[in-house]
Amino acid sequence: MSARARPVAAALAVLAVLAVWSQASPARAQALVADLSEHLIAISTDFTGTDVVLFGATDGPGEVAVVVRGPPTTTVVRRKRRIAGIWVNADSMTFADVPAYYWAGASAPVDDIAPAAVLERHGIGLAHLRLAPVDAVDRPPGEAAMFRRALVRRKQAEGTYTLEAGRVSFLGDRLFRSTLVFPTEVPTGQYTVSVLLFREGRVVSAQTTPLIVSKVGTGARVFAFARQHAAAYGAIAIAIAVAAGWLAGVAFRRS
Amino acid sequence: MDVYLPIAEMSVNALLILAMGAGVGFLSGMFGVGGGFLMTPLLIFVGVPPPVAVGTQANQLVGASVSGVLAYWRRGNVDVKLGSVMLAGSTIGTIGGVQIFSLLQRLGQIDLVISLSYVVFLGAIGALMFVESVRALLRRRGAPGARPPKRQHLWMHGLPLKMRFPGSRLYISAIPPFTIGLVGGLLVAIMGIGGGFFLVPAMIYLLGMRASAVAGTSLFQIGFSTAIATFLHAVQNQTVDVLLALLLLAGGVIGAQFGSRAAGALRGEQARALLATIVLAVCLKLAIDLVSTPDDLYSLRILHGAAP
Repeated sequence: MSARARPVAAALAVLAVLAVWSQASPARAQALVADLSEHLIAISTDFTGTDVVLFGATDGPGEVAVVVRGPPTTTVVRRKRRIAGIWVNADSMTFADVPAYYWAGASAPVDDIAPAAVLERHGIGLAHLRLAPVDAVDRPPGEAAMFRRALVRRKQAEGTYTLEAGRVSFLGDRLFRSTLVFPTEVPTGQYTVSVLLFREGRVVSAQTTPLIVSKVGTGARVFAFARQHAAAYGAIAIAIAVAAGWLAGVAFRRS
Repeated sequence: MDVYLPIAEMSVNALLILAMGAGVGFLSGMFGVGGGFLMTPLLIFVGVPPPVAVGTQANQLVGASVSGVLAYWRRGNVDVKLGSVMLAGSTIGTIGGVQIFSLLQRLGQIDLVISLSYVVFLGAIGALMFVESVRALLRRRGAPGARPPKRQHLWMHGLPLKMRFPGSRLYISAIPPFTIGLVGGLLVAIMGIGGGFFLVPAMIYLLGMRASAVAGTSLFQIGFSTAIATFLHAVQNQTVDVLLALLLLAGGVIGAQFGSRAAGALRGEQARALLATIVLAVCLKLAIDLVSTPDDLYSLRILHGAAP
């Protein structure tokens, strides 16, 4: 979808959501309805990041938080130490269930919405994101916290984690929207976008929407082939090089 | 003109890669070296992950050796029998090297080992070449002295498994060529270089081969061992980028043509002094990167889950 078509699509989608919601509201089925302008982010070779518009409506006042999580990964954090003048990876700590991508936003400062325990349960805000090392036993106290901080810092530097809470803005007291910004480095995989409605520090309604980030085009096909048919890929790589080398050898024979 | 490298997972300027290929190809045409030892560090400098630089370089060298060996083959300057003995050694060296490579990758030390081996090898080779070429330059000013022929294969005659190599008019034990091949294979797998700068002197000074057959035979052996390395890197480490290899080959082939023509314009010692300076500069840059304090002491690696 082109960047210009997006606001129009978003507006149409908002209308659609409102239509669904107004029909549903007599039954008070849901306190919260939300959707994305796109459910698929296609990364082509000229991908330079994209925006996805999130919009929705509530059945009354309250604060809204949005959490975007990339696919879970097992990530090793390594720490360098100077050994004989050279910087060497010396220690490491492994974290399980690390979202490859993380973005959180809310309609008010996160800490004003709910107590820390609630925020932690739902992983809202980088400070409340649960990141537990799997091999921290027998390590000096404070080590785990240091590696966790480093993990978040590196992820921020990569552009895959966003520290400052993004914004969810209300239009009136029932309609809300937010712009989710995905950078060039966005990892591929299955994402979840969770939207939570808070009242008096408690979650009264929540909705999770899937979002898929995938590579498209020749590059993606080559990458997938190299992973899935590694032996065939290796053989083809050799064949191409031999053919190219032989061609060059013949072409420049007389010159 | 940006192209996306599917395995390195990065966009690069195709013209820059072609120019790098041509530049290194020019030097290799000029000096008769493979140039892998310059290309791998250059790829690392432009941001290609070191493991991908090594795996891809092996792939590129397959093509470069094929085009090189064809010329020697036509002149009958390939000793297939000796090359095969070396190849037996280098096959084991390559397989072992790729295993070491995979292990180091898991331990998170591969980048360090690649950089360190380059600093050591480039430093040693560059220094030797530099000293030798400066001496030759100085000698040229004085009286032109004849160089004594060096042949140090005294201890070699005691070794068992003697074989006749008619192509090189040699009757020697199979162990030294096998061992030379083994080391060459390790170099291919871990550093992504053909190892010509190690093989050629070893074949001349240790085996006592005639100079005319050395280049062709080492290329013959390098062609096969780089093919094995390419295959294993592709299967085990997924670090072979075909598109990058092709761009480098295209640039290299063109560069080498100009390089071999330009070779006539420079005197041998001057050319070698120039090459030694380049080698030492690359070595210095890698060494500085190893000892300078990184911006962040921590780094991440995703073990499994989403690809970055």
